[in-house]
Amino acid sequence: KKQHKKNKKDDRGPPEKEKEKEKASVPAPSKPATQSPAHKGTAFAILHSLVFVSFLYFLLVVKRLPEHIQVDDPAALKKLAKKLERQQVPLRSDYGYKVSLFSHLHQYSRKNPPTQQISIPATVIHPSIVRLGLQYSQGIIAGSNARSVALLHAFKQVIRDYSTPPNEELSRDLVNKLSPYISFLSQCRPLSASMGNAIKYIKKEISNIPSQCKEEEAKRRLQECIDSYINEKIILASEAISKYAIEKISDGDVILVYGCSSLVNHILCEAFEKQRKFRVIVVDSRPRLEGKEALRRLVKKGIRCTYVLISALSYILPEVSKVFLGAHALLANGYVMSRVGTSQIALVAKAFNVPVLVCCETYKFCERVQTDSFVSNELDDPDDLIVTRNGKTHLENWQTVKSLGLLNLVYDVTPPDFVDLVITDLGMIPCTSVPVVLRVKNVDQ
Amino acid sequence: MPGADKETDLSERIESFLSELKRCGSGAGSLRGSAETARETTALLRRTTAQARWGNAGELMEIIRKEGRRMTAAQPSETTVGNMVRRVLKIIREEYARSRGSSEETDQQESLHKLLTSGGSSEDNFRQHFAHLKANVIEAINELLTELEGTTDNISMQALEHIHSNEVIMTIGRSRTVEAFLKDAARKRKFHVIVAECAPFCQGHEMATSLCKEDIETTVIPDAAIFAVMSRVNKVIIGTQTVLANGGLRAVNGTHTLALAAKHHSTPLIVCAPMFKLSPQFPNEEDTFHKFVSPHEVLPFTEGNVTQQHLTPFSTLKTEIVTGQRPFITHSNVFHLHHTHLLL
Repeated sequence: KKQHKKNKKDDRGPPEKEKEKEKASVPAPSKPATQSPAHKGTAFAILHSLVFVSFLYFLLVVKRLPEHIQVDDPAALKKLAKKLERQQVPLRSDYGYKVSLFSHLHQYSRKNPPTQQISIPATVIHPSIVRLGLQYSQGIIAGSNARSVALLHAFKQVIRDYSTPPNEELSRDLVNKLSPYISFLSQCRPLSASMGNAIKYIKKEISNIPSQCKEEEAKRRLQECIDSYINEKIILASEAISKYAIEKISDGDVILVYGCSSLVNHILCEAFEKQRKFRVIVVDSRPRLEGKEALRRLVKKGIRCTYVLISALSYILPEVSKVFLGAHALLANGYVMSRVGTSQIALVAKAFNVPVLVCCETYKFCERVQTDSFVSNELDDPDDLIVTRNGKTHLENWQTVKSLGLLNLVYDVTPPDFVDLVITDLGMIPCTSVPVVLRVKNVDQ
Repeated sequence: MPGADKETDLSERIESFLSELKRCGSGAGSLRGSAETARETTALLRRTTAQARWGNAGELMEIIRKEGRRMTAAQPSETTVGNMVRRVLKIIREEYARSRGSSEETDQQESLHKLLTSGGSSEDNFRQHFAHLKANVIEAINELLTELEGTTDNISMQALEHIHSNEVIMTIGRSRTVEAFLKDAARKRKFHVIVAECAPFCQGHEMATSLCKEDIETTVIPDAAIFAVMSRVNKVIIGTQTVLANGGLRAVNGTHTLALAAKHHSTPLIVCAPMFKLSPQFPNEEDTFHKFVSPHEVLPFTEGNVTQQHLTPFSTLKTEIVTGQRPFITHSNVFHLHHTHLLL
């Protein structure tokens, strides 16, 4: 942590010193005009200390903006390129024409994974991390729970293969080893909120390892920590959420779900096992068509399902009694960040007076605040929107057409007034209680 | 006999038109726009007036009503057919009244007093024979046809009154009227268009490529992103299949969601509808207004045992109803939806 702060200080140092010099130089010439020479020295000293104090305060209070939403800033891009070069992580280049509203976000193509630029065998990046990065960038592992669990398992492997170099402490060196891995993974696909929280937890656990602890013992302890994290925050949490959610499902219900949320699918399967009589309507949308996977899982269990596309929503909603939605993250101002299209479902459900229930584990709560889907989002491969119908592909050469852009958003935010209830492992809370939960969690830690 | 030949020729044409109507609904035949359907219907009715055997206005109206019923039965979702038949019937009534010599205004205004005192005696009045009725009716139908030709241009001419520069406009699917509207505005103003592709048929893609040819900045978004981007949209301009008598719309799938999102963000919603899309029908039963298409567009049969065992084969929808407050742009002026019935 000390090193992290020092790095921050270094980065802020040069620009701040320049600003300081500017500020100091501007009042200095005016001082002689207004004050007598005797007071000039003390005034200058006071000013200098004020500036220094404000500089320190600025350091402590301001957070660094995440890199992945500063693509339109060439200075930030240069800094990132330098950092990646230092860590020997390949830099991934953007693809295709970006819609002007989203010029601050990355847009990658699935056809150029960053793993192509890594030599075999990988020297700097652990092979399980390389495999994980490829799985993320190709969409083989998708869904926030799946990505977090895969990440934690990969870190377990890294810890197993780790050996402390001489004259180094495990608690500090391992954290430094993880940094290039995390940069690489975020180049493959921007980190999700759940992954961010998991990484914070691991780093904290690693730095809390006492220095007198033997290496084998430390490694065993860390692996136990990771296992218990997965068990508590993901597996047991979903059990608890199912228990609460099943109370809300009654016989004869028609439940609407969107896309493929592992948690919602788990809840429905549990409810079906507990002999509740209900049927499910699965809503799906292009271009990901994740609903087909959810449909497959539910039908295998034996649940009666209906499948529609999102444009048929207002036709099907009068039949629906409840809407269950999964979430990618819950933001501190009560907004729900989830797959694109979720806010639309919540909006239309509200118009038809159908209750909307969001199911989310507490480890996905994050302290970020967002009011629209533009400032922080993810742009997926725009080529996914191209489709061939009746032998004609209208958008085939969209790159050649000058004024055409394709937008493939991944996430959107749902305002809290569309959501009636959030079911978490701590209980059933309204959307606006998220900052309370975060505060309680911080106090615990 | 020349009369019989004419009749068989006429019935042949009607038969071929009916079969085309039946086919175009399933998507197998040539997909025609509603403007073409309106034009062909009117041309066919003109030919019926010219070639069929009738003595007075009443008989002609009976023939046209009969043909009209057959045409609407062939393709109930294609409401322009019914609308044009009703217009032609109205033309016949007007011409008859003019021939009879009574002034048009008093006949058209169905005041309550008249309804109470005359008590439906107007039916018998159509029995009189007039020599020039045929020529007048055909002339009036020709006027209707010229009106139909120019209707899209009339709407496009109003484009500059509604679009300012640097606007972001959202539309859904593909509408020839909206396309012409936006292209006309693009000649003088620079703006940005966001097109929601309309899965599963994705007509939005065609619309986008066509708009790009006129150098309009276009973005294609999937249907799921409609609410996400709506906060940056200044206006929503859509086309429709039918405008119902209460101001509701029967439009392509997804329009209701678009309208709700626009309402939430207080974005104005403008509908561009030519005259032949106005229908005197009311949306009485929800189900009768929806048209279903085979579900294999959404989930093909090759996707395996899922479709066979448990999935209720749900179909995709082509149309739905939208209600709410919005202005309409028709070929002559801008109307509010509450006054729709005055246009007919």
